[in-house]
Amino acid sequence: MIEFIPDVFFSRYNYWMAIILMLIGLYAIIAKQNLVKKIIGLNIFQTAIYLFYISFAEVRGGTAPIYLPEGAAALYVNPLPHVLILTAIVVGVSITAVALSLIIRIFEVYGTIETDELVQAVRER
Amino acid sequence: MMLLDQLPILLVILSMLATLLVLGAGWYNRSVCYGIVLLTIIFQFVVSVLLLTRVMNEGTVRYYVGGWLPPLGIELVIDSFSGFILVTIMFLALASVIYLKKSIEKEVPYEKTVSFYVLLQLLIIGLIGMTITGDIFNLYVFLEISSIAAYALIATSRRSYSYVAAFNYLVLGSIAAGFILLGIGNLYVTTGTLNMAELAVLLPASYELSTVHAAFLFMIIGFSIKAAFFPLHLWLPDAYTEAPSAVTVLISTVMAKVSIYALFRMLFSVFTPSYIIESFPITDFILIVSTIAIIAGAVLAIAQTDLKRLLAYSSVSQVGYIMFALGVANLIALEGGLLHILGHAVMKGCLFMVAGAIIYQAGTSRLSDMKGIATRMPISCAAFALAGASMIGIPPTIGFMSKYYLVLGALDAGLWLYAAILLAGSLLAVVYIWRFIEIAYFAGGDHGDHAPQPAFLGREVPVSMLAPMVSLALLCLFLGICIEPVMGIVGPAAALLLGGA
Repeated sequence: MIEFIPDVFFSRYNYWMAIILMLIGLYAIIAKQNLVKKIIGLNIFQTAIYLFYISFAEVRGGTAPIYLPEGAAALYVNPLPHVLILTAIVVGVSITAVALSLIIRIFEVYGTIETDELVQAVRER
Repeated sequence: MMLLDQLPILLVILSMLATLLVLGAGWYNRSVCYGIVLLTIIFQFVVSVLLLTRVMNEGTVRYYVGGWLPPLGIELVIDSFSGFILVTIMFLALASVIYLKKSIEKEVPYEKTVSFYVLLQLLIIGLIGMTITGDIFNLYVFLEISSIAAYALIATSRRSYSYVAAFNYLVLGSIAAGFILLGIGNLYVTTGTLNMAELAVLLPASYELSTVHAAFLFMIIGFSIKAAFFPLHLWLPDAYTEAPSAVTVLISTVMAKVSIYALFRMLFSVFTPSYIIESFPITDFILIVSTIAIIAGAVLAIAQTDLKRLLAYSSVSQVGYIMFALGVANLIALEGGLLHILGHAVMKGCLFMVAGAIIYQAGTSRLSDMKGIATRMPISCAAFALAGASMIGIPPTIGFMSKYYLVLGALDAGLWLYAAILLAGSLLAVVYIWRFIEIAYFAGGDHGDHAPQPAFLGREVPVSMLAPMVSLALLCLFLGICIEPVMGIVGPAAALLLGGA
C-alpha cells in the first residue's frame, strides 16, 4: 500500500494535477460569494480540462507534428487534442465574456455582486 | 440533384450566412431582421422535412463535410432518430418565430431587437448542429454555440432578475459542458476517434475500463444538467420564468428536447444498450430518479404562484417521463419516450405561448392576477385547456398516447409499481393544470362577491400570436388521433436506438 500510492500518484501526476485544479475550480464556483470569483473558478475548472487534453496528447520524446520530406522524425505529439482545445479555449473566452457582461448588468441593477447581498437585494425589490 | 446532396450542410451554412445578414441589415433597418429570420426558419423547416422523407425512403443520410471521410473528417448523420427530432424542433421553432414578433415588441427593449434576432438564429443553428452531427466534439461545439446564445437571450428580458437567472444558468451550463468535454476526452484517450459510429464499434473492446466508466458518468451528468433532469434542474425555473416569453417557448420546447436527444444519442448510439444495461447497469438508477422527478416536479409545480414558474416545474416533471423511457429501455417504452419528446414539445410550447399571451395583454404572470381571464381571452384559455388536457393525458390527445406507450412498456418489463407512479404523476398534473383553469374560468365576479375584477384592459392577443398557439393546441389533439403516421417515424427511430435496423 505504501509504495502503491506514490506510484499511482507520480506516474500519472499530470492527470492528478488536472483533477486537483478542477476541484479547486469547482470549489470556487460553489463556495465563493463574489460572482467574479465564481467566474475565475469556472476558468480554473475549464483550464484544468484543457491541461488534461494537452497532457494526454503528449508522447515522450515526440516532436512537433511538422511534415518532413525525409520522413525521419516519425515520433510526434498527437496534434488533434491541441486543435480541439483551441476551439474549447475560444468557447471558454466567450463564456467568460458573456458572464462578465452579465455581472456588469447585475451590478448596475442591484448595486452588488456578492451572492448573499444579492439575495437580500432581490428580496427587497 | 447536386444541391439535394448538399442539403445537410446547407442547413447549417446558409443559416449562418443569414445570421450575418441579420446583423448587417439590422444596422440599416431593424424592420427587415424579422423577415430574414422567418425566411431562414421556413427554409430550415422545408429542408428538414425533405431530409426526413429521404431518410424514410432511402435510409440514413450521411454527409462528409469537405469530402473528408469519417475517421479524419466530420460527418453529418441524419437517421430516423435525428430526422424525427430535426423536424420536431424545426416545426416548433417555426411556430415560435411566428409567435414571437409581437411578443418581443413588448418584452424586449427596442435597442436590443437586432441582437435578439442574431442570438435567436445562433441558438437554432446550434441546436440543428447538435441534432445532425455525427462527431462528438462537433456536438460539444454546437452545444456551446446554442448555450451561449441561450444565456444571452434569457438576459434580453426587461425583467431585471433575468440577469441573475442567466448568470446562474451560465455557471451550471458551463460546468455541464466542462463535464461533457471531459467525457469526450476520456473517450478519445480510450479509442482515438471522435466519430460516433466508429466509437460505437471500438468501444465494446474497452467496456471494462474505468476510463470509459468515467467518461460515461461525466457525459450523463453533463447532459442531465443540460436537459434539466430532476436533481440537476436548478437552473431551469428561474431561466424559464425570467426569459422573454418567446424565448421561454423556444428553449422549453426546442432546446430542452435537443439536450435530451443528445443524451439518448450518447447512451444508445455511442454507448450501446448492452453497455448501459449490462456493463454499467445504470437503467435501474435512472428509472428510480426519473420517477422521483415525475412526482417532485409535479408537486413543486402545484406549489407555485406564478404561471410561468408552474409550467417550468411541470417541464421538470415531463423530462422525468422521457427519462423514464430510457430507464425502462425496451422498444415500447422508447417509442413512448420519443413520442413524448414530440408531444411535450407541442403541448408545452402551446402552454408557454398562452402564458406569454397573458403577459402580453395583462403584463403579469402571477396566477392571482388572472381571475376570470377566460372571459377576456377565450381563445387563449381554450388553447391552454386543450394543451393542458394533453399534458394530463386525457385520451384522444398526444399526451395520452405517449403515456400509454410508456405504461405499456413499463408493464412489459414487469415494472408494475413504476407504471402506477407514472399514473400518479398524471393525477398530479391534473392538479396544477386545474389551478390555472379554475382561476381563469371559475374565479371572478360570478360568486356574487364585491371584489371588482383586476383592472385588465386587454382582449385577445393579435392573430400572429393566436395562430401558432391554436394550431399547436389542435395539433395535440390531431397527433393523438392520427397516431399511425407518427408511429411510422417513431417506431424505426426507437428500433434504431436499440440497435435494430
